[in-house]
Amino acid sequence: MTPTLTTRIWREEPEPGNPFATRAAHCHGYDVYGEMLGHAGWADMLFLLFRGEAPWPEQAELLEMLAVALANAGPRDQAVHAAMASAVGGAPAAATLIAALSVGAGRRDGARDVFDAMKAWEDCGFDLAAWQQRLAGPAPAQQRLDLWPESGRAAGFDPHGDAAAGIVVQALDTLAGLAQAERLRWLARHRAELEAAAGLPLAMGAVAAAALADLGFSPEQGEMLFLLLRLPGAAAHALEQRAMGFKRFPFPAVQLEEAA
Amino acid sequence: MSGAELLAAHSGVLRTRVGACWPGTRAVFRGQDLHRDLAGASSMDLFLFGITGRRFTDGELRLLDGMWALTGYPDTRLWNNRVAALAANARSLPSLAMAGGIAASDARVFGGGPAFFSIDFFLRAGERRRAGEEVEAIVADELAERRRILGYGRPMSSTDERLPPLVALAEREGLAGGLHFRLALDVEQALLRRKPFLKLNYAGATAALAADLGLTARQYQLYNVLKTLLGMPPCVVEASEKPEGALMAMPCANVIYEGQAPRTWLKRRQTAHS
Repeated sequence: MTPTLTTRIWREEPEPGNPFATRAAHCHGYDVYGEMLGHAGWADMLFLLFRGEAPWPEQAELLEMLAVALANAGPRDQAVHAAMASAVGGAPAAATLIAALSVGAGRRDGARDVFDAMKAWEDCGFDLAAWQQRLAGPAPAQQRLDLWPESGRAAGFDPHGDAAAGIVVQALDTLAGLAQAERLRWLARHRAELEAAAGLPLAMGAVAAAALADLGFSPEQGEMLFLLLRLPGAAAHALEQRAMGFKRFPFPAVQLEEAA
Repeated sequence: MSGAELLAAHSGVLRTRVGACWPGTRAVFRGQDLHRDLAGASSMDLFLFGITGRRFTDGELRLLDGMWALTGYPDTRLWNNRVAALAANARSLPSLAMAGGIAASDARVFGGGPAFFSIDFFLRAGERRRAGEEVEAIVADELAERRRILGYGRPMSSTDERLPPLVALAEREGLAGGLHFRLALDVEQALLRRKPFLKLNYAGATAALAADLGLTARQYQLYNVLKTLLGMPPCVVEASEKPEGALMAMPCANVIYEGQAPRTWLKRRQTAHS
């Protein structure tokens, strides 16, 4: 028997003479090339793929605005740095994105941090006392050995900041003004209490986690989308640095210390 | 030191104890000159020295090398090999094929996950055993707390064909008598009394042997990244020789759709979902 693959996302109709060529493709029931193309936006398609339903306008608006907020973390960001380091050596385009994904997957400013923060939303909801108790202690994922390295702090907070960065506050305030932003509004309202409980200022990951939870995504879906939405900036910076050449790319001095 | 002050201290200079290179002059690898002090070192020797900062004996390195070789299965159907092969068949680069295949090996049901949690169990259980606790009590506590012990049982077959050659290799090198490997066999007996299919598997056996070699869980996690690497190159080579896009080609009829019936985008709901 020929092995089959089962999906609830995608249905393809073959060309009459070729079972491997697609005549029409449907995504969760919608004709992608016959009807969506020309009428649906990128955010519509993303939402449909992950949630299985077309977004209503407020959801598409929030997802699109989040995508703008996350598109580029800037060249100082470690994931973007990795993409640029890959590119300046002349590695292929995919290697730059693999570099960005590898770093951007982590618990520091990365997709795993967003995953952890979304888990916190699942566990604590809008219960401030539950959040404060969680933020004051070790994160549940870190109470036991995990495949992912420990971060030693609450997910969604900046370990090196003394106050929430301006762009984090701007992103939170702007996104919280949208109709769909129930958790974002709660986060903005209780930011001071949450930062006090964590002993750290809020980071962009917390804003992303709240927005993704407001859109109804699971932590697994949120982790994947966060990885995806941060790639544009990494790609653009990588191409820029490749064009500029490695001689203009920072190569720090080394200070060799005695081996442990 | 914390906050911006800490970041500033790490800015502009790389302080390192693991090494650096000075092109045209020398390279230092964990405090030793790579071409003088470490001349003749094998790749596995350097790999383990790099991970742990200590050198292993020839016998230990042969065991660590064999632990990779015995599970180097060039079966393109296996998920990690398949990733590498699909890349090759799609006419991508070998580096990208291998990177994708290696990353796919860090899985929950095979490869990195079971290996990591298995050595974590053996290291914790080993401490309790050294303190004089009985294996039965250790197993009972572990099952009560975590419901299962990784490193035992195998979904496809209860027998693991890699174990006899692995045990033979460990015995040949005089490395089969350590506390953790003996513990692994005792735990197997305790589990078999509960469920007859919970035999020691390759992940468990290799984790126990690695624990006897003194590896920590994080060190073993890094060693394991390449454990299933050796099966990939043959799959990549063969897939690159097949017609492009032909590997595991799937006709439309082989995709079983279980989703929404056809609907119209222009008439979609524009209000909140229930």
